[in-house]
Amino acid sequence: MKKFEFLKHTADVKFRAYGKNLEEQFANAALAMFSIITETEKVKPEFEKTITVEGADEKSLLYNWLEELLYLMDAEEFMLHDVKKLKIEKKEKLKLTAHVVGSKFKKEYEILSGIKAATYNEMEITPKYVQVVVDV
Amino acid sequence: MELKKLNEFAWEIPKSGNMKVPAIIYASEKLLEKIKQDMTLQQAQNVACLKGILKAAYVMPDAHQGYGFPIGGVAAFDMDEGIISPGGAGYDLNCGVRLIRTNWTFDDIAEKRKELLNNILKDVPAGVGRGGITKLSKSVLKEILVKGAGWAVENGYGNKEDLLRTEENGQIKGADPNAVSEKAFSRGMPQLGTLGSGNHFLEIQKVDKIFNPEVAKAFGIEKEGQVTVMIHCGSRGIGHQIASDYIRSMEEKYGFADLPDRELVNAPINSDLGREYYAAMCCAINYAFANRQMILHWTRDVFGKVMGTTDGMTQVYDVCHNLAKFEKHTVDGKEKLVCVHRKGATRSFGPGREEIPEIYRSIGQPVIIPGSMGTASYLMVGTKKAEEISWGSTAHGAGRVASRHEALRNFSGEQVRDALKQKGIELVATSWKGVAEEAPEVYKDIDEVAKVSTKLGIGNAVARLVPLGVMKG
Repeated sequence: MKKFEFLKHTADVKFRAYGKNLEEQFANAALAMFSIITETEKVKPEFEKTITVEGADEKSLLYNWLEELLYLMDAEEFMLHDVKKLKIEKKEKLKLTAHVVGSKFKKEYEILSGIKAATYNEMEITPKYVQVVVDV
Repeated sequence: MELKKLNEFAWEIPKSGNMKVPAIIYASEKLLEKIKQDMTLQQAQNVACLKGILKAAYVMPDAHQGYGFPIGGVAAFDMDEGIISPGGAGYDLNCGVRLIRTNWTFDDIAEKRKELLNNILKDVPAGVGRGGITKLSKSVLKEILVKGAGWAVENGYGNKEDLLRTEENGQIKGADPNAVSEKAFSRGMPQLGTLGSGNHFLEIQKVDKIFNPEVAKAFGIEKEGQVTVMIHCGSRGIGHQIASDYIRSMEEKYGFADLPDRELVNAPINSDLGREYYAAMCCAINYAFANRQMILHWTRDVFGKVMGTTDGMTQVYDVCHNLAKFEKHTVDGKEKLVCVHRKGATRSFGPGREEIPEIYRSIGQPVIIPGSMGTASYLMVGTKKAEEISWGSTAHGAGRVASRHEALRNFSGEQVRDALKQKGIELVATSWKGVAEEAPEVYKDIDEVAKVSTKLGIGNAVARLVPLGVMKG
């Protein structure tokens, strides 16, 4: 089964990330977003990082998760190779813990596009996929 | 959805349902056809539902679908009853354009064009992953967030003349770094003085056509063939982070249950959170002013090195096209302070406004409308009419018609480069795939946008500029 696909959008980039559950869909959404920036399979898996984000509902959890990755890219030059072990717990809020693998930015990585932000525009969370539009 | 024709270039979505005011779309039939193809009109209708909105939700001729507000959306809110919305100011706060005039003509630089571009590519940091000036400290960044381009000039990037010829003199008042999160600081520190990527570019151009010689002369544009330089970029990660931070805190505080679109989350202007957002937004605006100021300085340096002088490289003006601002406008015959949101729209004030620098005050504000990569751009002049019918605003560019995804499927970066070369335009870039996404074919016709603006009288064409060389971020 494909992890994600891109859909038509006038100005920005819209994608659907598939998976058998929300956790897999969220992990694939991160890969989809980074695949807009670079070829993630060519990013070297040099180190692992643990990311924790919270959200009042599933949509804000997804938004905050993608925003956290964009933050790490700007502030720490983090480039994503893969998402390992993504867990979503229901407490007072929703809590996501993920182990992400990647490296710092390297000159040899071909950059396809920058991304400004994740958005709530046309965001959908369904049993089969999550849909996101990012501002590029 | 009902769409009523008001005149050749204006259309109205009458008030219905939860709309507090109508939505008015400024477009020709041709542009309207494009605008209808995505969610632009629905988004304009949503904006018309927001609390305290005055007169109408306006849509500029280059509009396309955005998030919350459409891109090309303009709305003003009552200071007591109204709201301020990060979705109405945009993620790339103070994305904007700066135009520089020179004494050279095309013939003077023809042979040195490549050398100029290659040096610009080397000296002006652009693209993803390319840092700016050596890492800033937090205390210096704080100063920049308050002083904007003024900080840059104090530190040797350009001159005081540049500040006079910048919207808000390059430093908007009301910025408070205490309203800016640690995360926003961390994103801002490595990126100052960088162009970024996407639709951002630096272009060497020539004047192709002068429509209004008198106004053009006042703006420093004397003849066809004269060389100009255009810089298009914004506040980078710090602006994006400030937008997300406040979308999050406004959701927590006020919720979004009554809103037609979650991305329209907002706070009353007259609330602690509304004021805090404004103070943080001003910080991002100032960051972007400093950013463009530094890039201008490096660009001048390159010309100095290659051409032997920078004499005559005077800034025409610098305009913002993503922000919310407090401005005085006439409402029901009375002058009133209102909060104008311009999301992908340019301020276009007519003669007399005190916000316009003295040198241009009797003429009107210079308005700079960049085209897409490799197509024409326009220098225009602001009007009284704009103040009457669009909160002193006009278009901000060509506006996209096709997705980046489609562009990548249909063009390669190298193809785009070769096609531009055939038109006599040199192109350098940090990523060839990024070039394909910005192929001129995926944008609307800038000439049509400029025509509609001029016919409506919300921004009148002064000169048409065409690219000679482009550096794409």
